[in-house]
Amino acid sequence: MRFTWFNLMPWPYLPNDFRQKNHSVWVDIDSRLFDPVKAHEVYNNYMDLLEYAGKLGFDGIGVNEHHQNAYGLMPSPNIIAAGLARRTDDVALVVLGASIALYNPPVRVAEEFAMLDCISGGRLVAGFPVGTSMDTNYCYGTIPGLTRDKYREAHELIIRAWQEPEPFAFNGRYTKLRYVNIWPRPIQKPHPPVHVPGGGSVETFDFCIDNTYTYSYLSFGGYIRGKQLMDSYWDRVAERNAPDTSPYRAGFAQFVCVADTDAEAERLYASHVGYFYNRCLHVYPGFADAPGYRTIKTIQKGVLSQYTPQSLFEEHPWQQLVDNGHVIAGSPETVRQRMEDLIKGLRVGHVYCLMQIGDMPKDKCMNSTRLFAEKVIPQLRHLFPEYADDGRFWSKPLENRVAPASLPTAAVEV
Amino acid sequence: MELKTVRTHRVPVRYFEGGSGEPLVFLHGAGRLNEDRTFLEALAAKFHVYAPLIPGYGDSEEHPELYDMLDFTLHTWDVVDALGLKKPMLAGFSMGGMIAAEMAAIAPHDVSRLALIAPAGLWIPDHPIPDIFSLLPYEFPHYLFYDEEAGAKLMTPGGDMSDPKFIQAFLVQNARELGAASKILFPIPERGLSTRLYRIKAPVTLIWGACDRLIPAVYGHAFQRAIPGSRLVVIQEAAHMVPFEKTAEVVEALS
Repeated sequence: MRFTWFNLMPWPYLPNDFRQKNHSVWVDIDSRLFDPVKAHEVYNNYMDLLEYAGKLGFDGIGVNEHHQNAYGLMPSPNIIAAGLARRTDDVALVVLGASIALYNPPVRVAEEFAMLDCISGGRLVAGFPVGTSMDTNYCYGTIPGLTRDKYREAHELIIRAWQEPEPFAFNGRYTKLRYVNIWPRPIQKPHPPVHVPGGGSVETFDFCIDNTYTYSYLSFGGYIRGKQLMDSYWDRVAERNAPDTSPYRAGFAQFVCVADTDAEAERLYASHVGYFYNRCLHVYPGFADAPGYRTIKTIQKGVLSQYTPQSLFEEHPWQQLVDNGHVIAGSPETVRQRMEDLIKGLRVGHVYCLMQIGDMPKDKCMNSTRLFAEKVIPQLRHLFPEYADDGRFWSKPLENRVAPASLPTAAVEV
Repeated sequence: MELKTVRTHRVPVRYFEGGSGEPLVFLHGAGRLNEDRTFLEALAAKFHVYAPLIPGYGDSEEHPELYDMLDFTLHTWDVVDALGLKKPMLAGFSMGGMIAAEMAAIAPHDVSRLALIAPAGLWIPDHPIPDIFSLLPYEFPHYLFYDEEAGAKLMTPGGDMSDPKFIQAFLVQNARELGAASKILFPIPERGLSTRLYRIKAPVTLIWGACDRLIPAVYGHAFQRAIPGSRLVVIQEAAHMVPFEKTAEVVEALS
């Protein structure tokens, strides 16, 4: 099993009446709610937490990309990952990821990921999301009906840019380049492992199966609701006669909080989980799905209650979030049991553990993270023993890596 | 009106045909009420109307190779050619007006007259056009109709805005139709038309609802300034859906 400690980096200072007074947490979020001076501390705290998780025995530490979003403060996840590369040594850097259709030209992603791979000594796991409609269409102006086509082209360009030794000309519809010849190149050959966050479309299932990429479901709906989607993924893996059913072909994101007892978990974390579900997820539904972004089949399966005026103010109480599996919370033993249900039920080799939740302060988050690393991970580490050697979906660091050198205090003799 | 099919270079196109007299090609708007035939029938009382459905709309198949404004413009000329029409009158509403204006600019000698009803295609920074792509079903009537209540009823025949059946049908239709329209309207409904309007040679009538909240009447004046000799007719007590709200007045202005 591989556990990644994942930080969305939510803004922790949204007011109590945020939902009542604001249109959306994303896209047209009120800029006056952002305070750059407070952000100085927020970013540094969040990077401390990621680095702390890296020391405790998580396999990876994870960041992702959002724009104009008060629950995701990383328009550029690569900037954070570069910072993390220096104060961590053996943990994988999971950038989940860079929205490859949004970069002009997309070789920028090939270059930055190659830099990260070199700086970190081959610790990069590269994420290639299509991106949400909010980020891709509404914030970055990509035409919804062409988003997937643009993604497909960007992917082809990046993979070729990483692998082809000679400069080549690329005549795409969205990108035309005479000389593709990136410097630097990634350490990991033929290229870093790729994880693709998806939302259930068959096209993305096939894309992962065909390219031997990990399919990652990053929902905030929890593992009980997530089962249906992951089942349809595994059905597709079987239908397409993939060479194996390695659990490392799949990953799932899950909110997790651990305390000494179940009651203590509620006492310590309930308000922060509530902050996330009741403030951070206040997304205007009109931004959720630009026409043309999703296939018609997906819309026909979708839940429609969110498109009425009444839906915007539903409350999400703690017990309901725990019972429904939105959050796995409780004592180490409770969390272990439910994590095992998740891992076996969804058949996922990668779990992205969302442990910094809402406005959770640093000390509580460190407590939960340490308990998970010390008391839960060791119990789950050896699930799927038959695939223990499957290294295809994870980073392969150099054996001899350098560490940041201590800086001389006196003049340097040359 | 009869619903027929014509083959074009790329894709078969469905179109309504009816009436007699001067041939008029009518191009519909980006969304809503394209299936409503009231306006087309009123037009057919005065013209021989051909109203093609843009690929992705109604029964017209989507086509993945229509990427941008030039593709939409040339495709619609392909339709006119396939219908065997020589130098017809072109009329277009909203997005259809944008396409009609592009057609008249790219082939100025092939259009006898041009009528643009609240066309898209320009962008005035002080008067930004609302983002129709992010609107929820219940928010549309406010931007489209002078009488919002009557408009909401017109959009939901036999149902209402919170009826799940209506919402699902609406979202599916939106995904397909606005998904196709997004190629020329998203995120800003402007693709350089202002630099080409000078090429139009046909006599132009501009028709606007005085209370248009989607593409406000100030855009009518901007079009009028950009097309020398054009005539602007502003219709009172009407909003963006002026062909459906003031059908007789619009047909009169076209004639």
